[in-house]
Amino acid sequence: MEHYLSLFVTAVFVENMALMLFLGMCTFLAVSKKVETAIGLGIAVVVVQTITVPVNNLIFHYLLKDGALAWAGLPDVDLSFLGFLCYIGVIAAMVQILEMFLDKFVPALYNALGVFLPLITVNCAILGASLFMVERSYTFPESVVYGIGAGFGWALAIVLLAGIREKMKYSDVPAGLRGLGITFVSTGLMSLGFMSFSGLSL
Amino acid sequence: MSMNKTILIKPIFADNPIALQILGVCSALAVTTSLSVTLVMCIALTTVTAFSNLFISMIRNQMPSSIRIIIQMTIIASLVILVDQFLKAFAYEISKQLSVFVGLIITNCIVMGRAEAFAMKNPPIPSFIDGVGNGLGYSVVLIVVGTLRELFGSGSLLGFTVLPTVANGGWYQPNGLMLLAPSAFFIIGFFIWILRNKYAEQVEKDEFVMAPHTAQKGAH
Repeated sequence: MEHYLSLFVTAVFVENMALMLFLGMCTFLAVSKKVETAIGLGIAVVVVQTITVPVNNLIFHYLLKDGALAWAGLPDVDLSFLGFLCYIGVIAAMVQILEMFLDKFVPALYNALGVFLPLITVNCAILGASLFMVERSYTFPESVVYGIGAGFGWALAIVLLAGIREKMKYSDVPAGLRGLGITFVSTGLMSLGFMSFSGLSL
Repeated sequence: MSMNKTILIKPIFADNPIALQILGVCSALAVTTSLSVTLVMCIALTTVTAFSNLFISMIRNQMPSSIRIIIQMTIIASLVILVDQFLKAFAYEISKQLSVFVGLIITNCIVMGRAEAFAMKNPPIPSFIDGVGNGLGYSVVLIVVGTLRELFGSGSLLGFTVLPTVANGGWYQPNGLMLLAPSAFFIIGFFIWILRNKYAEQVEKDEFVMAPHTAQKGAH
């Protein structure tokens, strides 16, 4: 149990997807002007991350890994080079299924997330988490915890940045830095703050 | 021919994918701690962007628009697999350092963004050139960031010592911050600032304009 808790804390704070590993930056910078939309996108990322990382974990262990096809009578087959194609396929399919499911059964949440769901397919934080999961060879329960943690860390970062940007639009920024430039600098400062978590372990 | 030249040159400074279009920022920050890794990443990305633009543009008229995203993804992912396998075979050390970031070229918005915005509407040759141009625009930013970070972070360039560090009996005290995550944000932020001073039309409009100071007559 302790192991999973420590994995979660590491994924949220020490290895924050957005601020320490720079993943999902494009959406992070583009959709962080308002706290409300940032929260919507954050929830969507947590949900998708929680589903895709474990699913990709199963696919890797039972289909792609060297010798994983032994159950099908093919012990010498190594399909791991097909990884990228499978993971992105799973992510795209998951997002699509989730969209249809929410539309049918939870219309309120579907309307709240709206445009953000399709955007998530091309969010590198999602694919990045799956690739890290493979690189560090997590087991299935670990991958569930890691998926939730990575998604939650990213959501936390974008909501915090949106809070800062909401206040910042009233400030007098030098012309060239206005907009994107000052956002980069403040993200850098946030990242500096998150560095204080490094070395944290339970 | 001059049109092709414009397509090639424009994304490098005037319409830079990172600084202006906010595309492909993720990897720009993560792979820039040393210059050699940065260069490999630039070459990989430029190759993928150019060829994905070429292939997508070739089949753009046969593609039903409802499933175009999936087709684009498949083409891009296949190209990235090729690049990844190539790096693993010929530059194993660097491919280890790049770790997941080669795979993340798939979701790099530059590739997808250019495929959608340019290759779907233009013939193959200009699309290929547009891919190379945007790849170069990305490379310029990455190389600037990579050079600064390696030079000031560890006093070397491409592994050769330029500024001898104190630890090795030289005079330069390396700036450890340069090797850490936040410095990349600062450098890109200031890069954008410089670029926008040169191209004033890129400056974003202020959402709120400060009211001018009211003159306080007679107050003292």
